[in-house]
Amino acid sequence: MSILVNKDTKVIVQGFTGKEGTFHAEQCMAYGTQIVGGVTPNKGGMTHLGKPVFNTVKEAVENTGATVSMIFVPPAFVGDAVMEAADGGIELAVIITEGAPVKDMMYAKAYATKKGMKTIGPNCPGIITAEECKIGIMPGNIFKKGNVGLISKSGTLTYEGANQVVKEGFGITTAVGIGGDPIIGLSYKQLLPMFEADPETEAIVMIGEIGGDLEIQAAKLIKEQITKPVVAFIAGQTAPKGKRMGHAGAIVSGSAGTAAEKMEALEKAGVYVVKSPAEIGVTVAKALKEKK
Amino acid sequence: MNIHEYQAKEIFKSYGVPTPKGIVAKTPDEAVKAAESLGGNLWVVKAQIHAGGRGLGGGVKLAKSIEEVRELASQILGMTLVTHQTGPEGKVVHKVYIEEGADIKDEFYLGIVLDRAKEMPVIMASTEGGMEIEKVAEETPEKIVKVAVDPSIGFQGFHGRELVFGLGITDKNEQKKFIDFAQKLFKIYMDKDVELIEINPLIRTGSGDFLALDAKMGFDDSALYRHPDIADMRDITEEDPAEMEAAEHGLSYVSLDGEIGCMVNGAGLAMGTMDTINYVGGTPANFLDVGGKATAETVAKGFEIILRNPKVKSIFVNIFGGIVRCDRIANGILEATKMVDVNVPVVVRLDGTNAPEAAEILKNANIKNVIAAEDLLDGAKKAVAAAKGEL
Repeated sequence: MSILVNKDTKVIVQGFTGKEGTFHAEQCMAYGTQIVGGVTPNKGGMTHLGKPVFNTVKEAVENTGATVSMIFVPPAFVGDAVMEAADGGIELAVIITEGAPVKDMMYAKAYATKKGMKTIGPNCPGIITAEECKIGIMPGNIFKKGNVGLISKSGTLTYEGANQVVKEGFGITTAVGIGGDPIIGLSYKQLLPMFEADPETEAIVMIGEIGGDLEIQAAKLIKEQITKPVVAFIAGQTAPKGKRMGHAGAIVSGSAGTAAEKMEALEKAGVYVVKSPAEIGVTVAKALKEKK
Repeated sequence: MNIHEYQAKEIFKSYGVPTPKGIVAKTPDEAVKAAESLGGNLWVVKAQIHAGGRGLGGGVKLAKSIEEVRELASQILGMTLVTHQTGPEGKVVHKVYIEEGADIKDEFYLGIVLDRAKEMPVIMASTEGGMEIEKVAEETPEKIVKVAVDPSIGFQGFHGRELVFGLGITDKNEQKKFIDFAQKLFKIYMDKDVELIEINPLIRTGSGDFLALDAKMGFDDSALYRHPDIADMRDITEEDPAEMEAAEHGLSYVSLDGEIGCMVNGAGLAMGTMDTINYVGGTPANFLDVGGKATAETVAKGFEIILRNPKVKSIFVNIFGGIVRCDRIANGILEATKMVDVNVPVVVRLDGTNAPEAAEILKNANIKNVIAAEDLLDGAKKAVAAAKGEL
């Protein structure tokens, strides 16, 4: 078991024939992901990496039965691409592209929600179910199969965390890079209950960052709903104060979004909070041992 | 990207958001000319820097004569203004805004920002104008009215009514004026891909008009490509030269006060590395994210920028190679040490794809000053020890 994606998941790539799309689609296929085709406007009918190219998502879905789309289009077209995926019947869009305007994501996310499509990202490494399905840009080889679920705002910290878990002799069920943009798709709040429900996942690693209050909301949810051990790291304890002109954003969320505040909330919720990412692996080992 | 008050007010004017009349000036002579052309007998001379708290720092002064305008403009232009938002080093004032005096009856706060939880813009208003809004939020949060606006329906009448009733504005004519003001401001927020608008204070005049006495605006950098008019408003004198140079080379750099230079791939791992240095008793000298492509050139540039900071006693290079293989990065580091004279110990931790090959390359190269580390914790400890001269 795993969450969201597995070896049977059929995936199309929006921005399939571009440089990034091509390189990473190839890597995903090598990992074993079922890439069944792609979308590049005006290139419909072509074959790329041995798979069919379509002009629209609708055509791609009709012809391939894909349920997931991996989005690599340039930032200015991300909003459009996400909405096209939602309109075309995609169930989960994984948005890798960095630098999409916030306003575009605001409209796209609202439309996706209306259409019942889940999103991951933007500006994220994607999602991987170890040794089954990689939809994103992470180095697949470090994700060995195991019993730990991972949720992270940061790309390289996802790799760091997974690598330590594996070095301790454990492995990963599914790892999700949720991204750290102001508007993101699936977050701790939706993913933690999925891992709780997944019989193979025995512990969860969550990696957060300063800013916003997603981790505070997660702490609340963990206290109420999550029985599996959670190990958390919040990056940015030593980060300088943001160079924002004011703190209006923090006022809205009702919290300043500091690492200290988030760590405290998580600790109170019974989470194993580590002060350095270097402690993630050993703490997972400790948490799993204490559980037994 | 942030802009100056006078620039924000230009945008306000183009949308019909009422502001006092004003003219920007770069010299005392220009300031005098501006005051003369505005007319009247009361002017405000306001320092134009990208930071709040200008008044308390001595950057906003009232002039009752043309002579006083000249005097104050001479004082403020060229001064280094220190406020709670500039940091202790302050900011040099290059421009002043000369504005007509206003008849202030009372002061409000009005701001628009993205509510991340609701995923839509929220308009915030308060009767406690002129105060730091952070303070109001902390001490009397009930005095802040928040109205989230779903962009799919836009600003409706009920949004406006929630604002005016929340603020206790009872005069019907004034209600109309305030709602019109907020609606136009919301339009600017959506049209221009604004990240933050803050008006503090927004004043009510004796005759019941509402005017934006101050204006702060910041924009979504990712959307500047579709607003060339806004992109042109960038004031590079407001930006840190080292950060700008880094950005030109695809690096993200922020200088800090500590002793250990950091070079890391990925923002999260970069922050995590700083946290780990702190955890083992050291102090980070900077945040530096080399991004996804750690080539010899970017690494060399990174070394160059880090080493310009005289406080740096050691450097910790922490790279988790994903798609980019570690052996390539190791070679990049070797190349970089030939391009830049690295005169402090450099602790290198390379993990991920092809890490053993990378370790071999660094070991065989045997360059002085380069110390290999096994993992993140080991690297942080070695960097701290090296900074103390213990390695």
